[in-house]
Amino acid sequence: MIRTFAFSALASLALTAGGALAAETEGHVEDIAFSFEGPFGTWDKAQLQRGLQVYTEVCAACHGLKYVPLRDLTDLGYSEAEVRAYAAQYEIYDPDLDDTRPRIPTDHFPESGLETAPDLSLMAKARAGFEGPYGTGLNQLFRGMGGPEYIVAILTGYTGEEKEQAGSTLYENRNFPGGWIAMAPPLAGEDVEFADGHPNDLQSEAEDVAAFLMWAAEPKMMVRKYVGFMAVFFLTVLSVLLYLTNKRIWRPVKHPNEG
Amino acid sequence: MSGIPHDEYEPRTGFEKWMDSRLPIIRLVYDTVMIPTPKNLNWWWIWGIVLAFALVLQIVTGIILAMHYTPNVDLAFASIEHIMRNVNGGAVLRYLHMNGASLFFFAVYVHMFRGLYYGSYKAPREVTWIVGMLIYLLMMATGFMGYVLPWGQMSFWGATVITGLFGAIPFVGDALQTWLLGGPAVGNPTLNRFFSLHYLLPFVIAALVIVHIWAFHTTGNNNPAGVEVRRGSKEEAARDTLPFWPYFVIKDLFALAVILVVFFAVVGFMPNYLGHPDNYKEANALVTPAHIVPEWYFLPFYAILRAFTADVWVVQIVNFLSFGIIDAKFFGVLAMFGAIIVMALVPWLDTSQVRSGKYRPMFKWWFRLLVLDFIFLMWLGARPAEPPYSDWALIATAYWFAYFLIILPLLGVIEKPAKIPETIEEDFLAQHPDARTPAE
Repeated sequence: MIRTFAFSALASLALTAGGALAAETEGHVEDIAFSFEGPFGTWDKAQLQRGLQVYTEVCAACHGLKYVPLRDLTDLGYSEAEVRAYAAQYEIYDPDLDDTRPRIPTDHFPESGLETAPDLSLMAKARAGFEGPYGTGLNQLFRGMGGPEYIVAILTGYTGEEKEQAGSTLYENRNFPGGWIAMAPPLAGEDVEFADGHPNDLQSEAEDVAAFLMWAAEPKMMVRKYVGFMAVFFLTVLSVLLYLTNKRIWRPVKHPNEG
Repeated sequence: MSGIPHDEYEPRTGFEKWMDSRLPIIRLVYDTVMIPTPKNLNWWWIWGIVLAFALVLQIVTGIILAMHYTPNVDLAFASIEHIMRNVNGGAVLRYLHMNGASLFFFAVYVHMFRGLYYGSYKAPREVTWIVGMLIYLLMMATGFMGYVLPWGQMSFWGATVITGLFGAIPFVGDALQTWLLGGPAVGNPTLNRFFSLHYLLPFVIAALVIVHIWAFHTTGNNNPAGVEVRRGSKEEAARDTLPFWPYFVIKDLFALAVILVVFFAVVGFMPNYLGHPDNYKEANALVTPAHIVPEWYFLPFYAILRAFTADVWVVQIVNFLSFGIIDAKFFGVLAMFGAIIVMALVPWLDTSQVRSGKYRPMFKWWFRLLVLDFIFLMWLGARPAEPPYSDWALIATAYWFAYFLIILPLLGVIEKPAKIPETIEEDFLAQHPDARTPAE
């Protein structure tokens, strides 16, 4: 179920590196039915793996994930050996060796390589501001709209226009506040080849990497939902028991003549 | 402890007698738990237990979070992510604590408006009300400082704006602000002291909660009818009351369980809904968010703070009369604190002889308007400070003050109250006709 709606982009969104002021603008963010939405939603591990691939081959050139430990990649369905092999492709400076060494799973992903590129660890949560009409928060509440939808909207929102401003190039993006973003269009479609033969058009790639970034921002989402589900279930049972207890205790007070 | 006559504690076993003559702690627990409680209490009276639960929840989760948190500007944000990713159960603990604050404030607002409707603040319960207001102020201080600790963008800029309020005080403002922050701007000393105080104040709140309970256990609970329990004899009092255990304990626990179903659904399925997304960006002194918005529970007072700009004629008059000492910013600060002070003074502003709003036909409507006004202000607090919101905020603020300073004093004089039941028993029997014994 994909719906389109117009929203007033929040000024909470980042300023561009060029220093352009964030201004309110009209954009389009499509609601995407991600597998992890709703109380019973779960990660689509194949999608997360594809998203990791897009991140590794495209985003990682500039953007880091400094808060995400590499060992957590086992959540995506990789074996420990695979995670070790993946980690080793990034180097890290080790003060004990006074030299660089390949990363191991207990290290984190690298920081952003490009100074002006924001770290993506929490991007999917930091861009969750879809308040809906009059700032009511209804889009977030009823459609589960959040950061992943915004990320897809940015990645697919380039118009192809560009301009020079204060010595740097800005690219027009209809979904970015202010309309101009410092990031060159990172995806064009068919940027990566998926091993599982999944479509690699622009929309698919954007959705996959957005799902991966949601995982990166909230790796414990499934644990949290499980706790929520169990708590709601047992507290509902407890509520019923307490309701009946309460009814029974008050019966002689409210209906003393019923024996 | 209670002034209402009831069964006294009688030590039965040898140990109880031994203990009772040395430290009558079992007596204290007995008298507290068995306190005679008006039997006509309705469901609005359950929020006290929710508040007690919220305080315990916040203290327990907070102490555990403090074991993993680092109050340093370079490490704080990363230590929160460490809690969210590496600490066993850390993500759930933190979401419980984050949303626990919302539960706490939601409950306190319902509890306060309950008190305002049923006249729980009126003699002889003024001290209970004042202590409650002190607890509320401490809650606000604690909540505000807690929001700074994750060191996100809203943490930093919220702290900058709110401590800036003290800077608006004439003459001493700048010095006071520097003293509060521990430096010229929000920085590491600020974060450290906020952490220290955020840990301390909940225990002060807990102490005041005991005083709050002590006070209303002395006067007895108010109740929906607003008439006092008859105290002539134990038998008379027993016709109006039931012991707290088990009648109200079970009732309160049932209500708490239902509220916790909702609470855990929020924690489990939408834990970030009530927070601001910007707080997932690390604090950056060089980038100001376009809209600095406090947590939802501060929004009504934030709206009052922002309502008074330099172009409002009241502000201009006051500015002129005070020889420019009170400018628009300071006026806003005074209005914000004034909005809380008038609420604290309500026991002496309400002139009506009738306690419960149930029997006050005119008051009822003004009160409902006050609740709407509060919700409206909350919504306005999250809007940008520009027309038409700023004009609406001014009107809503005016009503807030008018309610306490004009309407309540006047209503007591001009209002003709409805018929009030003689006793709590009469009120209870009117609601539960089955409870009449055949002899009646």
